[in-house]
Amino acid sequence: MNSLYTYLFLAALLFSLGIFGVFQRRSLIGMLIAIELMLNGASINFMAFNRFLAPDPIVGQIYTLFIMGIAAAEAAIALSIIVAVFRRLRSINIERAQELRG
Amino acid sequence: MDWMIGFAILIVKLGVVLVGLLLLAAYLVLLERKFLGRLQIRYGPNRAGKFGLLQPLADTIKMLTKEDIVPEAADRVLFLLAPAVVAAEALLIFAVVPFGASVTLLGKKIPLVITDLNVGLLYVFALASLGVYGVALGGWASNSKYSLLGGIRGAAQMISYELSLGLSLVPIVMLARSFSLLDIVRAQAHYPFILVQPVSFMIFFISAMAETKRIPFDLPEAENELGAGYHTEYSGMRFGLFFLGEYVNLQVFGALVAVFFLGGWRGPFLPPVVWFLIKILVISILMIWVRGTLPRLRYDQLMHLGWKVLVPLALLNIVATGFVLLIIG
Amino acid sequence: MTDLIFNVFILLTIIPCFWVALSSNIVHAAFSLLITLFGIAGLYVLLGADFIGVIQVIVYIGGILVLIIFGVMMTQRGKLLPLSIQLPGKLFGAVLTGVILAALLLSATRTLWPVAAVLGEPQLTSAAIGDLLLGKYLIPFEIASVLLLAALIGAVLIARRSVRGE
Repeated sequence: MNSLYTYLFLAALLFSLGIFGVFQRRSLIGMLIAIELMLNGASINFMAFNRFLAPDPIVGQIYTLFIMGIAAAEAAIALSIIVAVFRRLRSINIERAQELRG
Repeated sequence: MDWMIGFAILIVKLGVVLVGLLLLAAYLVLLERKFLGRLQIRYGPNRAGKFGLLQPLADTIKMLTKEDIVPEAADRVLFLLAPAVVAAEALLIFAVVPFGASVTLLGKKIPLVITDLNVGLLYVFALASLGVYGVALGGWASNSKYSLLGGIRGAAQMISYELSLGLSLVPIVMLARSFSLLDIVRAQAHYPFILVQPVSFMIFFISAMAETKRIPFDLPEAENELGAGYHTEYSGMRFGLFFLGEYVNLQVFGALVAVFFLGGWRGPFLPPVVWFLIKILVISILMIWVRGTLPRLRYDQLMHLGWKVLVPLALLNIVATGFVLLIIG
Repeated sequence: MTDLIFNVFILLTIIPCFWVALSSNIVHAAFSLLITLFGIAGLYVLLGADFIGVIQVIVYIGGILVLIIFGVMMTQRGKLLPLSIQLPGKLFGAVLTGVILAALLLSATRTLWPVAAVLGEPQLTSAAIGDLLLGKYLIPFEIASVLLLAALIGAVLIARRSVRGE
């Protein structure tokens, strides 16, 4: 069970569910949640390759750390944008946010 | 066979720690009420048993037999889950807290810690950050404005002070050169870290009080503004779980202060476990004393203290510690 | 024993995932994401990366997800919106998801991965990660910290300006 393929399938599932979530949501926060799912799928791949293909160095783990850092930055910016949009439109529905189109 | 013995020892350790924690939590409530009573020149509970010693038992029976109300507009699943998160998170932290070095029983060396993680300190933080969810989800799921306000305040307060809590411990890790709580206690063989890191201790103590949401920092449940904040809608044993979580958290931070700053289980004459319990109790009494003395902060004062005082101070402390360590070598 | 724990973590990761993508209640989606992230942290620990596992819990669960739930609580007023969009968009999303999933699975099974014959015992990682971050990967590390600082300041600025704009 504890093989590379299990992790790869798991990562593929997380990534595609994330994509489906992004397409299916109407709310900005829902899309943000789905994006986190995709990032985690990518992280799992890095960690699994790191363990099974290159068991000695820990470079894959460092990549995962960087992904986490970027995810944190992305979440902070996205949420401030969401709060700003909500203040202006009283809603975080992306179909209403189309008014921003120039 | 060896595996079986190891497993049995683990189960016994878990049982002893769990029962001990719950009993201590129950009697901390009594201690708090008695001590607060004294501070306010009244008696405190004194009807159930001698000196009110049976009061915790009476309270437990009351909470267990009260009706468990779930508001109709509440989000049922999350409403039922939230108190369990708070209590479980507090209890799980004790898995890495060392109560003593080790005892030899029937020729077998048994370490007095449930599991010594190599990343123990980070594990503590990971669990402490789960505590936010109990508050935020409890407040949101109740579907009442007081609860929601309490939940938002609680979440903001806890994530703000988690920062200074974490930063205040970086110098400790630098001194001990390890994340393992056992190693941190071992590194204090000659002197407790409170002597070399008083600033760190102050920041940790203040942030710990904010994390447990006790009185100078009890904005999430401020009675005169929000009813009871995030647990306004809870009754019976579910309220009991929030309550239990709060008092187990008190012990958690007592134990953590003991481990990080007071040399853990070390002390003259008495056995290590007794010293450890004494240290937990002293810290708890100190926190109760603060509760009896100080008024509640205003919200802007709370954020000011967290972001503009404690965080920069903790960062400066890290730089200073690194500098000194570099000079000493 | 390890197999049992492994399976538990796999299930903890997969099952809530569907709620994350499909639930019409956004707080339920966020809470499911919490369980998924927790399962992933457990898997990291089983992969011999205890440090990353714990950091996963601290950063994702203790930081990012709290922010998200905070955002939900600030912006959710009155009744919850049903989250799914109209049928054509949904269909497009489903087809695209299917294609990507198929491509990922195919490439995962068809590629001959040079899997190491004997897996080394996982060693203690925190010290090694520290050495690499402050040695070989110092510049990416510094850039990441500058990025985080910029994100912090930017977030404050964006959320603040709209207050004055009103």
